Amino acid sequence: MEANDNPVMTGAQALIASLEHAGVEVIFGVPGGAILPVYDPLYDSKIRHILVRHEQGAGHAAEGYAQTSGKVGVCMATSGPGATNLVTAIADAFLDSVPIVAITGQVASTSIGTDAFQEADIRGITFPITKHNFLVTRAEDIPTAVKEAFHIASTGRPGPVLVDVTKDAMLGTAPFVWPKQIELPGYKPTTHPHVRQIKEAAKVIEDADRPVLYIGGGVIKAKAAAELAELVEATGIPVVQTLMAQGAFPSSHPLNLGMPGMHGTVAAVGALQRADLLIAIGTRFDDRVTGKLASFAPNAKVIHADVDPAEIGKNRFVDVPIVGDAKPVLADLAKAVSPEKMRDLSGWIHYLEGLKSRYPVGWEADTQGKLSPQQVIKRLGEIVGPDAIYITGVGQHQMWATHFLPHERAGRWASSGGAGTMGFCVPACMGAKVANPDSVVWGIDGDGCFQMTNQEITTCSLNDIPIKIAIMNNNVLGMVRQWQTLFYDQRYSATNLFTDRLPDFPKLAEAMGAHAIRVTKPEEIDAAINEAMSINDRPVVIEFQVMKDAMVWPMVAAGTSNDEIKIARDLAPQWNEEEWV
Amino acid sequence: MKSHTLSVLVSNRPGVLARVASLFSRRGFNIESLTVGPTLDPDISRMTVVVQVESALALEQIVKQLAKLIEVFKIIELDSSSVDREMMLIKVHAPEQHRSAIIDVVRLFRAHAVDVGSDSMTVEVTGSVDKLRALVELLLPYGIIETATSGHVALIRGARSITDKKRPALVKRS
Ligand SMILES: Cc1ncc(C[n+]2csc(CCOP(=O)(O)OP(=O)(O)O)c2C)c(N)n1
Repeated sequence: MEANDNPVMTGAQALIASLEHAGVEVIFGVPGGAILPVYDPLYDSKIRHILVRHEQGAGHAAEGYAQTSGKVGVCMATSGPGATNLVTAIADAFLDSVPIVAITGQVASTSIGTDAFQEADIRGITFPITKHNFLVTRAEDIPTAVKEAFHIASTGRPGPVLVDVTKDAMLGTAPFVWPKQIELPGYKPTTHPHVRQIKEAAKVIEDADRPVLYIGGGVIKAKAAAELAELVEATGIPVVQTLMAQGAFPSSHPLNLGMPGMHGTVAAVGALQRADLLIAIGTRFDDRVTGKLASFAPNAKVIHADVDPAEIGKNRFVDVPIVGDAKPVLADLAKAVSPEKMRDLSGWIHYLEGLKSRYPVGWEADTQGKLSPQQVIKRLGEIVGPDAIYITGVGQHQMWATHFLPHERAGRWASSGGAGTMGFCVPACMGAKVANPDSVVWGIDGDGCFQMTNQEITTCSLNDIPIKIAIMNNNVLGMVRQWQTLFYDQRYSATNLFTDRLPDFPKLAEAMGAHAIRVTKPEEIDAAINEAMSINDRPVVIEFQVMKDAMVWPMVAAGTSNDEIKIARDLAPQWNEEEWV
Repeated sequence: MKSHTLSVLVSNRPGVLARVASLFSRRGFNIESLTVGPTLDPDISRMTVVVQVESALALEQIVKQLAKLIEVFKIIELDSSSVDREMMLIKVHAPEQHRSAIIDVVRLFRAHAVDVGSDSMTVEVTGSVDKLRALVELLLPYGIIETATSGHVALIRGARSITDKKRPALVKRS
């Protein structure tokens, strides 16, 4: 369709035409009264619509799609409860900077404010959890709003954008004009770093004795893994990468120290605490990483590069601020730093290698006649390999998936980091598989999390989306129970899920059209995973019955200093600082 | 806590004030005063926000978070040399025997009586916060019935303006 022949369309038709112009391939959604006019032209559109079983699933599916494709994910819902069901996923996307566009129907503009049937002020509700949102009340405003929404969602620091469209705007008519350009005078993200700041940073890097690259999800969003690898190769600086950044730098690389933070590795946490320079790229000094802020990386100067200037200096004083996208920042830094001018880092690296080899992330053997969850996850990663896409729920299994899976490539991992949203896994797997039909998509989920959004297995079965889910069934809300074990005197208030009794996970999975396997013995693990890998015509769910007392170590207790990291209950690592001379 | 006055150009669209208010509430920023009104450009409104902050860093956060709003176009901080005014309406008890004394006070402050009844008078006064407070002090003994205050409006002193190219915005948006 040419922009100049301007056919007259209803707002609903214009909305679908706009989404087509924006390059949308798939929408996850549920129809209802206020959005119904849009579903009519959608029926004829080349855009694929996937009818989910709950709008939260639509939102997480859009996130999974976005995080594994680099494109904008789209979800759609009707007004009122449809829109409010999206809220959790929108909040999740906001905290993890995931580019999604949510389209919601709204009651007619003449009814707004009257508490009309299924009216909710979704724009007001989502002010604090969207990058931007729109309320569109006229048919002629729809194309511009859609174009702006996709632009805002996908540029600068990505994030969710909501477009709320009133029913009268959908039913009204106007000549369709797909705007050639959009004008957003209040939105001009700085993506290219300032030369002076890069030079300054290079000098600071050259003068550092104990530098560490502290890498966040921004590096994944900016598709800057190659530039990061180049900088590490040129400088030999070790890397810690946050939960959101897994895959930015290969987990098998000797200079990768692992994840920092509350459940970080001793090497990563120890490196940050002892560094004299943090080179923080696309990361935000979140409290789960810093622990008690006042004692975080106490001796370090900080270079902080982020595309969002508001993150710079928000939590931690910054010596060299760089506003810019991680890709040009890393590329420019790699050029600006002269390796021959750098200090000798060998003592520092030797020290960190010592920490890494003394304190690998381990686990206690199975003691309850059940499987060890860590072992299951490790085996799964070994058998399935680094080319698969891995997605997790939230809890203990999430931390183990971070530590034990092979994270060798960017864009092959999604997990709910900032929000920690239980229920993320199954629908996000669905979105990832839709975006990557030729890749194997594995979800590592908890028995608690799975029960929040498992109905999307049905959606996957019916829509030929063969995802694979490994449920780590420990019968409890494991992560919460771990805190009760450690900090509440083993008073297990409301953390027993009784999943040893109900539900019967394989039966539940089979009822939703999946192939189901139950694994109770260590010798069955490999066969079950191989069986799952051989099935591609429907979803597969494996229930691994794992022990409930397994704990995530290391751990920095909430609100305490990273220096208080424990590798097991009451067991602190030996720092042996004399080793780095 | 120190007060700072920010002058903010925003899009004149429905919901902008709610969005800004939501931001201040969510981020826990302290607003002392917020006024909004049209500018000569019908697409642009101007907000004058007086904020209280503990540190320069906290002020920087407010400015940066405000600047992230798509509908915020430009932010400058107005320093103490700027022209900064509030308007206040004060309704005071003014029976016959006190009326001329009250009028004397009002004149002294270059304020005006804008409504006079048999037993009361409404005074309009414009000025700095200190001036307003001083007038209230003097009228208090007569019995103030109620007051209404506009919040701050402020401009840079001299010929320069917020849209002056030479005056960089607090957060550069290149
Ligand atoms: C929606 C939501 N509700 C509650 C929580 C708090 N929470 C964090 S982890 C967790 C337990 C998750 O249990 P499970 O899925 O069984 O995983 P496990 O920790 O046992 O691996 C809970 C309840 C949360 N993160 N998200």
